[in-house]
Amino acid sequence: MAKGGPRNPMPRQDAAERIKNFEEVALGYTEEMALDEAERCLGCKTKPCVAGCPVNIDIPGFIGKIVERDYIGASRLMKETNSLPAICGRVCPQEEQCEKLCVLAKKGESVAVGRLERFAADYEAAHTNGFEVVKPQHPELAGYHVAVVGSGPAGLTVAGDLAKMGYGVTIFEALHKTGGVLRYGIPEFRLPREILDREINYVQSLGVKFITNIIVGRTFKVADLLEKGFDAVFVGSGAGAPKLMGIPGENLSGVYSGNEWLTRINLMRAHHADYATPIKLPKKACIIGAGNTAMDCTRTALRVGAEQVTIVYRRGRQEMPARAEEIENAEHEGVIFKLLTNPKRFIGDENGAVKAMECLRMELGEPDDSGRRRPIAVPGSEFEIECDTVIVALGQNPNPLIRTTTDGLNTQSWGGIIIDPETGMTSIPGVFAGGDAVTGEATVISAMGAAKIAAVGIDKYIREKHGLS
Amino acid sequence: MIRKEAMNDHAYGSVCNLADLTPESVRNTVVRKEKLSPVLTLLEINTPLIAASARAGQFVMVWTGEHGERLPMTISDWDPVKGTITIIFQEVGRGTIELGRFEVGDDIPSLAGPLGRPTEIANYGTAVVIGGGVGTAIARPVAAALKKAGNKLITIIGAREKSLIILEKEMNAISDRLIITTDDGSYGRKGLVTDALKDLLDAGGIDIVVAIGPMPMMRFVAKTTEPYGVKTIVSLDPIMIDGTGMCGGCRVTVGGKTMFTCVDGPDFDGHQVDWDELGARKAFYFQEEQAAKEDAVAGGVR
Repeated sequence: MAKGGPRNPMPRQDAAERIKNFEEVALGYTEEMALDEAERCLGCKTKPCVAGCPVNIDIPGFIGKIVERDYIGASRLMKETNSLPAICGRVCPQEEQCEKLCVLAKKGESVAVGRLERFAADYEAAHTNGFEVVKPQHPELAGYHVAVVGSGPAGLTVAGDLAKMGYGVTIFEALHKTGGVLRYGIPEFRLPREILDREINYVQSLGVKFITNIIVGRTFKVADLLEKGFDAVFVGSGAGAPKLMGIPGENLSGVYSGNEWLTRINLMRAHHADYATPIKLPKKACIIGAGNTAMDCTRTALRVGAEQVTIVYRRGRQEMPARAEEIENAEHEGVIFKLLTNPKRFIGDENGAVKAMECLRMELGEPDDSGRRRPIAVPGSEFEIECDTVIVALGQNPNPLIRTTTDGLNTQSWGGIIIDPETGMTSIPGVFAGGDAVTGEATVISAMGAAKIAAVGIDKYIREKHGLS
Repeated sequence: MIRKEAMNDHAYGSVCNLADLTPESVRNTVVRKEKLSPVLTLLEINTPLIAASARAGQFVMVWTGEHGERLPMTISDWDPVKGTITIIFQEVGRGTIELGRFEVGDDIPSLAGPLGRPTEIANYGTAVVIGGGVGTAIARPVAAALKKAGNKLITIIGAREKSLIILEKEMNAISDRLIITTDDGSYGRKGLVTDALKDLLDAGGIDIVVAIGPMPMMRFVAKTTEPYGVKTIVSLDPIMIDGTGMCGGCRVTVGGKTMFTCVDGPDFDGHQVDWDELGARKAFYFQEEQAAKEDAVAGGVR
């Protein structure tokens, strides 16, 4: 395909087949496809795409290396600013970021930046042993230590950047496995575990120590970290407190938060008979909400064998917050969309397990604060949907553990940690934060972007404090 | 009224500099194992970071390995100087049977904590602490803390039969009065803990009751004290997955509001708990749990 032609489509597993397995849906470009796609890039000098990348990847630079068939070089160039390219290539909403600003998008289709990112990162992994040895930029910083709370996208990014600078970095993770939401939240058919493990291993290869099963705030406090060995702390504890609807019957058995559903399956592997964590496999599942987490819950329910999976969403198609690609995937997989519908109450059986959901039909009124048209219930429109599993996926609030155990930490009324957006520093000197712990539930890449800002802020803070140049 | 304990001076056992921690140095090694009864097992585990921070009423999440589940285990004792915590559990399901297979010298793959809010310890006046079965192990530190805070302490420990009574000596040492009940009368007073409790309530002068044990016992303790208007604290143990407030699997309705046991509890006002809902949620996986237990007993699971 010549410059200016349509983009190369992503090969995918067939929908009828893929709903029976947890293998990756998108199969990745072949070398031929990647070369063809890379050649579509105009290599604009102004690099508008880079302005859309929260982690400042040199996009025309790495695509140029793909054109030169230096795929490993392309991957390494990306890793100079982004420690997690194979993850970003899979889960970033590129259509909202780099690809949106691509010059080609004005007249036709943008360069498929995300697919090329994934190709190069996967190519490097497949064609190299171990990791490139990255020498710290400033070995004299090795005596300064930064503690990172949480091993999700924000924590991995800040740790990777600080380790590359030369700092000693320890990540404390509350769960028994690393990766945070990348492991417990994002299903393996979107992000295979070996890809996640590989990128975590890369961060580890930079010298970052990972210590699991440490609940900062409980095992020890943020203040202890500053008093006992660390020069700065980064809080990337994520948005781990599920929002619920607050309607009658929500605590019936079989009503899960999105987090619980995904954690049982993704982290605890409850759907495998030889893993101890139990799960009731659904026949008829209803998922409430239409964000990316809702899509993940929906498509996971299909894969564990649900016969009928319905998304219930109070607004319309246009307002669904999930990525277009994920909505499309869900549609192809046979998910039913019940739009302009909102649950009013959950109905239980004699054992206290959910058996149906009473819903109201909605109409869209004037735009609300979010700019989306406000859904208004139609009086008297109640109807029931039969279901044995309900997954409430309305988003998450920041986890309260750090907030409630850290004196002097200023937070928003809804729990988000308040930071200086220029540096990432919180109200406590030396304590920084970023990602969902600050913003509430957002995207992997926005957390990574915030973490990059914090890494620079931490470096500046430590240098100033210790009179380093 | 919460007991304020200054951050301890033990510096997390031997760990003075948290930046020196390594994945290899954070281990949970079993240092003592005892069979307290045919079905009750005690493990004392060297885990200095948790031992330094533990308070009465808190729990740890235990994960026994790749195929295991995360189990909440209330901390029954801890020693910040030795750097150990003690858990006592009944081998009733796959997870606890697997946990019971760890021997002295073994490392438990994962132990995280201490979690949950510590029990609110204050001088209430006269406190009755009730331990049912294995709940006695969890009740002991709460009883000790209440005693230390100046309360007159009456303890009731109950079990089905004599061999299931544990920690009698330890409880006796801290109590102003100890009452033992067994369902079959094989030891102590014949009957339920609630029978003994009712007599105490009728005599008057009880300021607070803390009940820790099987859910039906806690429920009936709360029901017993309700007409007397005596404040009653129960320690709930619903199904949990992460134990850190992330999933909401442990939610329970208390006073009409949804609470997460792992971060808002595990202690709640027993008069406010929706026991029917809690019971239904706990029983939801009964069939799956029975099947897993049979596998575990047969040694068929990894």
